[in-house]
This record gives sequence, C-alpha cells and structure tokens, in this order.
Amino acid sequence: MTTTSLFAPSRRRVLQGMGAGLATAALPGHVFAQGAPLKVGFQLHRTGIGAAYGRWYERTATAAATAINAAGGIAGRPVELLFEDDATDPKRGAEVVEKLAGPAACDLIMGTLFSHVVMGSAPRAGELKVPYLVCSEGYHVASGALNRWTLQPAITDVRSQIQSMAPWVAANLGKKVTLIYPDYAFGHDHRDFFTAAMPGQGGEVIAQIGIPPTETSFTRYFPQIPAETEVLYHVMVGPAVLTFVKELGEFYGTGARPQLFGFLDSLEAVDTATPGLEFLEGSHFWEGHCRMKQADAGEAETAYRAAVGVDDMGASVSDPADISTYSHMFSCWETLYFIKQAVEASGYAGVADREKLVEAMEAISDLPAGPERPQGGMVFNGKTHQAFGTQNISQIQGGKLLRVHQTSLEDGMYANDTDYTAMSF
Amino acid sequence: MSFGPFLLLALMEGMVTAAVLSLAAVGLCLVFGVMRVVNVAHGEFYMLGAVIAWFVASVVPGPAWAVFLAALVVAPVLVGALAAAADGLILKRLNYDPEATIVATIGLLYILQQAALTFYGPDARPVAAPFTWRIQLPWFGYSGYKLFVVAAAVAVLLAVWRLMTRTRAGLIMRATQVDREVAGAFGINVDRVYMGTFALGAALAAVAAVLVVPIQQAHYLMGGDPLLLSFIVVIIGGLGSLRGTVIAALIIGLSDGVISMFFTPTLAKILATLLVAMVLVFRPQGLFGQKT
Repeated sequence: MTTTSLFAPSRRRVLQGMGAGLATAALPGHVFAQGAPLKVGFQLHRTGIGAAYGRWYERTATAAATAINAAGGIAGRPVELLFEDDATDPKRGAEVVEKLAGPAACDLIMGTLFSHVVMGSAPRAGELKVPYLVCSEGYHVASGALNRWTLQPAITDVRSQIQSMAPWVAANLGKKVTLIYPDYAFGHDHRDFFTAAMPGQGGEVIAQIGIPPTETSFTRYFPQIPAETEVLYHVMVGPAVLTFVKELGEFYGTGARPQLFGFLDSLEAVDTATPGLEFLEGSHFWEGHCRMKQADAGEAETAYRAAVGVDDMGASVSDPADISTYSHMFSCWETLYFIKQAVEASGYAGVADREKLVEAMEAISDLPAGPERPQGGMVFNGKTHQAFGTQNISQIQGGKLLRVHQTSLEDGMYANDTDYTAMSF
Repeated sequence: MSFGPFLLLALMEGMVTAAVLSLAAVGLCLVFGVMRVVNVAHGEFYMLGAVIAWFVASVVPGPAWAVFLAALVVAPVLVGALAAAADGLILKRLNYDPEATIVATIGLLYILQQAALTFYGPDARPVAAPFTWRIQLPWFGYSGYKLFVVAAAVAVLLAVWRLMTRTRAGLIMRATQVDREVAGAFGINVDRVYMGTFALGAALAAVAAVLVVPIQQAHYLMGGDPLLLSFIVVIIGGLGSLRGTVIAALIIGLSDGVISMFFTPTLAKILATLLVAMVLVFRPQGLFGQKT
C-alpha cells in the first residue's frame, strides 16, 4: 500500500494539480479582479435573538455581491463582503464596527437590523469616520439622533410606514386600537407614531402593551387587551414570535376577537401554514416586500428570488421549511446597489475618500424600481439620510399572504427633523 | 375581562410555570442535597433536553403523540448519560470540592451552550404538541396541552418522591446525603450514587424541557431563565429539601402568574428576587431546610 500526502504527492495528484494550474492560467483576464476589491464589512446578526434575520441577510447580501461582480463589479473593482457576527448585541456591535473598520480595513460597513444594535454601534462608526449603512427600519436615523456617517438608504423607517398605513387601518379595520410591541427602541417607534397618527384618522389607541424582547410566554399579557378593542395591532420580534402568535390564537380561540393588524415581523421566518395559526385567516399584515410572489410580480422580482434562492412561497428553494425574512432582507440587496451607485458617482478610490463617498450618497435622491430595487422605487432624502418606499398591506387568504393595498411614496413623506449635511464629519 | 376569569387565567398560567419550574428545580435540589454540588450548568441540561426533543421530532416518523413520547424517553436518557459522563470526567476528579465544581459547571455551561449553537444553530425551532385540543371557556380559550403539562409534572414528581422514600435506591441516596463517609463505610459505592444523582437531576431538567418545548421552542439560549428561577426556588425552599422545593415552585409559579397578569412580569421577577433576599437574611436555611 502506498501512502500519499501533501509532502509526498502521488503522480496522479501532481498531474491533477498541474492541470488545475493550467486551466486557471487559461481563464480570460476579466474573470480576475480589475483592481483591489472594494471591501464591504457586514455587521451580521448571525447568533442571538436576530439569528433568523441574520441567516437571510447573509444570503441576500451574498447574492447581491455575486450579481454585481458578475456584471463587472463596482467601478471596475470586485466587491468583497466581510461578515462579522455581532450576536445581536449592542456592545458586541460596537466591537464589530471597530474590527471591520480597523484590522479588516473595510471601505464601509452595512447591514445592521436590530435597532438597539444600531444605537450601540453608530456612535463608534461616527468616531472611526467609516460610512455605516443600516437596514433597520428604526426612526433613529431620520430623527437626527445619530451622525453624518450613518445612513439608511434602502428601507423605509417605522414612522413613515405607520404614517402611510394608519389611514387604511382606521378606514378599513376599526377605530379603537390596542398596541402590542417589543419594549425597546424599535417598538417605541411603533407605539409613539401609531398613537400619534390615529387621532388624525378619527381613531384612538386605547391601550399600549409593551413586552420585553426576551419574553418567552405571552398569554399573561393578553388579558390587558380591553374588551372594546376593535383592532389589535401587533409587532413582535425575536425567537419567540411563533409562541406569540400561537398563544394569541389559543387565547381568542373560536370566541369573538378584534380585527388583527400585524407587522410581518411577528411572522418573519415563520410558516403561515404552521398548525395553530389557522386563526390568522382573514387577518392583515404589513409587508415591506411581499413574501409570497404576487400575481403582478415583474421580471425584477423573479430575478431577485432566483438570485437569493427563494421560492414563490417565500421559502428557501433547498428547504421549504426554511422561511425567509422576506419583508426586510431586500434592504441588503438594495443597500449594496446604493453603495455601487455612490462609489461610482464619487470616484471613490480608498479610505481617504470616505467623506467624498458620504457626500455622494447624500446627493442621491431618486432610486427607481428595477433589478437593483426589486421591492420597488424609492426616494432617498440626503438631509435626513433616510429612504422612503412603498408599503404593502396583505391579507391571509387560504393560508397565503395576498396584497390588498399598496401605499404610495407620498403617503409616507414627512417634514425633515434634521439636516445631517449641515453636520461636520 | 372581569376579575373572575382574569384570576382563573392567571392561576392557570401560574400552574404551568410552577409545574415546569418544580421539575427543573427538583433536579437542581437533588444534586445539591446529595452531592453538595451547585450545578450552574443545570439550565443547559434543560436546553439540551429541548434540542434533543427537536432532533427526535425531525428523525422519528409517525403521529405527533408518538414522536412526543419518543422524545420524552430519548431526551432524558441522553441528557442523563451526558451528565453521568460529566460527573465521571470532571466533578469526580475535583473531589466534589464546592468552589471548584461551581467553576467547572460554569465551564460546562459554556461548552454545552456553544456546542448547541455550533451543531443545532441559532434558530428557535418548534416541536409539535402531541395533541392540539383546546378548551374554549366563555371568556378565553386555553391550550389543553398546557393542562397536560401540569398533570405530567405532578406524575413525574410523585415518581421522584416514591423513588426517594420507598425504594432502596432512594434510601442509599438519602444515606449518602446525610453522611457521605458513613455511607461509604457501610459499603455504599458513593461514586456510583453521585453519578446516578447527577444523571437523575439532569434528566429531570430534560423532562421539563421536553414538556415545555411544544409551548415554547427549542433555542440554544433557553437555559438561562430556568436556571435563575430554579436557584430562586431552591434557595427559598431550602437547599436539599425536595418538599420545600416543590412548595417554593408553587409559590413562585403562582405568584409569577398572578402578579404578571395583574401588574407586570417585571414586577413579578423583582418580587421573586426580593423574596430570595429576605429568605437569605431572615431564614438562611430556607423555608424547609435543615440548619447545618
């Protein structure tokens, strides 16, 4: 018997190696990088309470980078993503920013979803003077609470989402609303803006039920829902969302229940056909991007699903039980294309040009629909660093999410609360 | 909702919490009582029980109740075996020194948690309940399975009680608890008793987790809360007292249910922690503990 190893290779191994080398040398030149890669650091919720989002954010961003590189990269440079886990933890988040901006030498950082991690990381990004592009929905960017280096270019914030949908809720579902929301920054945006929006629509919020984001049992909160509630507005996040909706179903059972209006966050990565969720039939959900392929879906939508590996039901093509976080993950795809647009417009060459890059981002306003933006067209406000897009309201019919209303861009516009461009770098 | 039904729901929720908690805490209490080991990794044995239940559910075909029964057998056995191995490989080599075993079980906690993260992943995964019967009361609906959890926990606790008071194994365990050296002098293999006790304690945590996993979901971080609450219960009940542990679990579970519902869950946790502090100040041996 002969043994082979790396140090004493067999003849066959040597021939294989030579063959591979020759084949590589024969590749056409454009397969290789035209220049040094553009390094995009990705702050990823790979573990912790945001893990389901993290898994899909990674897949979506990877698919976008692959598509961009196949089409020639960014300004002729290939884009390289460096994923770093922040454990969905604000303290770790700031450390991840330090690592990506420092030792990993990334040109910019993107990808954070959970608002408490954004709040913990953005100040560090500002200190290190590295562009920090979040995909978080929180109103914290447009509120002026963050800094010149933090932008949210590819997902609408909660304030705008609520402003555009509250009239529909009041007109179609009911006027007396009880809110259930996670008791931290993101949930507080829901609480504050929805409560403020209802009186203008002739409605009112009659109870606010905040639930700690690490809670695992929910039945005990439901008796706080007043009996006269006409609409139950719910938005939950984290690994316990399935428990939340199941217990809600058990609580109401076959008895009378208010209309349900939920943010799809309460069902992200959860199969709508899960046993115990039948009670959701007929209820309405906000969707940032419709999980189930709608009848009028265009080419961009189809191409995006294929690139990321999502089937028409919103599940992974390789595992129908692996449901995507479809309402949010488009923001990774669109943020990467936003980066491409800004880098190419600014002539960005290296980290010394970061200020120029942020200025180029602030100069962008129109973000039309297309392959770069499968969710639909958006408008970017350079002063508030916030993008505005359309929102969807879907109804569960026969276990499927079908869109029944789509807001317009104008529905979600509000006056600027800040002007980051007047702020120093 | 009017006061009566409100209180009923609060008590039902409290009973479920108390049932799961008493199973987990009795395991912790046994290990402390017999071995004088503070097992910080107890919550991770609980988590492993839930994770194994998910694995069983994903490989065993058949109706939900059969899968559930399989998990109810497989998970405690595997977790017990792992605990026995941990006892032989780690705790025994430290001569069950109280300080050293605390540090060692903290290490075990991280090893088990990170192993679950590596091999099972960061997601919360559901296991189907063995049946989906739901009670519809005039004021609210309630999961029939949750009531089954209470009944199952009572049955397991009765079995543990019988084991400790009516069997030879229980007698040997109690003898070792009273005096390890004298028990050894009477020919009891103390090492085997310790290994068996540690395995039994972990298996009880796993049973609690299999019962709870159709209500919650299996997640690698799920061991933290039960560990904290188990410690609270064991300290209030009296370290090493099974009766005290069960009564304390009832007190904590029911008060948690009622206070959470009428006030807030945060207040319930604050009061439970305050109760622990009061017990430690005024009755350090716990409500039913022996003075040492």
